[in-house]
Amino acid sequence: MKRVMKRPLKYLLYLSLILLAVICFMPFYLMIVNATRSNGEILSQFRFIPGTYLLQNFRDMSEIYNVFGAFWNSVFVTVSATVLTCYVSALTAFAFAVYRFRGRNLLFALVLITMMIPSQLGILGLYELSAALRILNTYTPLIIPAAAAAPAVFFIKQYGEIALPPSLIEAARVEGAKELKIFHAIGLPILAPAIATMAIFQFVANWNNYLYPLILLFDPEKYTLPVLIASMSSSVYDPNLGVLYLAIAVSTMPIMIVFFFCSKFVIAGLTAGAVKE
Amino acid sequence: MEVARQAERTVLGRTPKKNKRIDKNRYGYYFLVPFAVIFIVFNLYPILYTFYLSMTSYDGLNKPEFVGLANYVTLARDPLFYQAFYNTVKIWIVGFIPQITMALIIAYTFTIAKVKGAALFKAVYYVPNLVTAATIGVLFSAILGFPNGLLNQLLLQWNLIDGPMNFLTMPHFTQNTIAAINWWMWFGNNMLICLAGMSAISNDYYEAAKIDGANLAKIFTSITLPLMKPILLYLMLTSFIGGLQLFDLAQVMTDGMGAPNNALNTLVLYLYNQGFVFNNFGYSSAIAYGMFMIILVFSCILFLLSYRKKVR
Repeated sequence: MKRVMKRPLKYLLYLSLILLAVICFMPFYLMIVNATRSNGEILSQFRFIPGTYLLQNFRDMSEIYNVFGAFWNSVFVTVSATVLTCYVSALTAFAFAVYRFRGRNLLFALVLITMMIPSQLGILGLYELSAALRILNTYTPLIIPAAAAAPAVFFIKQYGEIALPPSLIEAARVEGAKELKIFHAIGLPILAPAIATMAIFQFVANWNNYLYPLILLFDPEKYTLPVLIASMSSSVYDPNLGVLYLAIAVSTMPIMIVFFFCSKFVIAGLTAGAVKE
Repeated sequence: MEVARQAERTVLGRTPKKNKRIDKNRYGYYFLVPFAVIFIVFNLYPILYTFYLSMTSYDGLNKPEFVGLANYVTLARDPLFYQAFYNTVKIWIVGFIPQITMALIIAYTFTIAKVKGAALFKAVYYVPNLVTAATIGVLFSAILGFPNGLLNQLLLQWNLIDGPMNFLTMPHFTQNTIAAINWWMWFGNNMLICLAGMSAISNDYYEAAKIDGANLAKIFTSITLPLMKPILLYLMLTSFIGGLQLFDLAQVMTDGMGAPNNALNTLVLYLYNQGFVFNNFGYSSAIAYGMFMIILVFSCILFLLSYRKKVR
């Protein structure tokens, strides 16, 4: 129902859309501007124009905060968790989409029900379990529990129902392929688009995880980025605000860059999930 | 089992083709094993163990001591729990209403009008949703800081205030600020989901309405909104569940305790502080289950409401 609007109305529409875009971007812009200004400049005056202290702030930041260490910790945890989640979810989704075993519908319903449970419900139990298994202050309880991701299973399975014809699986069996081999050689490549969409969501969710690392990690050397940045917040009144803004920028920019390369997938993935409801 | 089934097929005289096919369906179970093991060990067991802890008095060091429902009795009488619930719901409502209203209006605009650069607008609106709330909290703490935060500087430069104001110590201001940040972070996400829902509405309805002479506002209220009801219920439910879990912003933007005057003490912050700051593991577990109960009741109400509509 596209229809041509009258001129003034059209201008008004674009004006409001652009204004909203500015609101969405302004805090990030202020963050970038202040990351390039010295502490004295930030304290004395509010400005929209970048300064010249980016390099100095960068040097100071590397000295005061372990931002790059935390950055690599985040990369390690996020990549491991995302890869593991995608593999386990794809395997589970493949099982539901390809095999007709007894209790299949009931088991799938159980997977869906787990989506309703808030993640904080088991957090004290997970802490106690990690203590008992002696994996507190390691990345294990951040990576492995994430792999049981019901939404990813649901999404990939819905895709697999359409994309994985039984005849294809039959053909591979006739060729003498083992079932696990079929999953690796046929299942994974065919499910790749759905897995990629879920990978983006898992990546963002793991990258932004705050509560779990806050509880499970004690050693500042092991902090992930959100925990490190939050630990700086108690020192917001510290002299060097330029460095703080730069640290926030370093933690937010990677994900925004990733997003601008694959925003199409993200938006398609979000909307695909919604229509099914 | 398998042999029996195969024999049965032969007896019943099914097509010989089916007999030749090797039954690999048991691999379904094998492939479910990794998920099931991870889920049972790292999700289900912790959830059940938390329930056990909620009936104990436990400080994380000494042995848990069974106390029955004592923690739940305390919880039912705990004014701080109710305040945390009230704060959480209030912040959710104040943020959610403008969120959903704007999401609907913008999605409708994109549906009915050709907007140049629509894809870019959608992407930009979604960006605030990408960054962790903890980092956003630190960013806004710096913006709202006293006495040299950006907002204070701006207001002073424009002569709107006489002296710097300590925004983060004003209960209503901080609550509304967090609601506003939630609006900012989530309206793009809701807009995309509304947009997907609207694209599923058949054009025939719109054409018919146009022939009957309905204007755009009328079409919105009598066609788009009613047909969007399932999507709106879905958004409301997921947003409520997410809203009840408000933690990052509240923890980072206050002293971690929900100051000023407990105005930012949310359910998860209360749970976190009781458990991991004061070492009341038992009571903290009871708070987790209290929160779960609230989500359960609310979900049931929403489902019943939507079910009744369908029956009619």
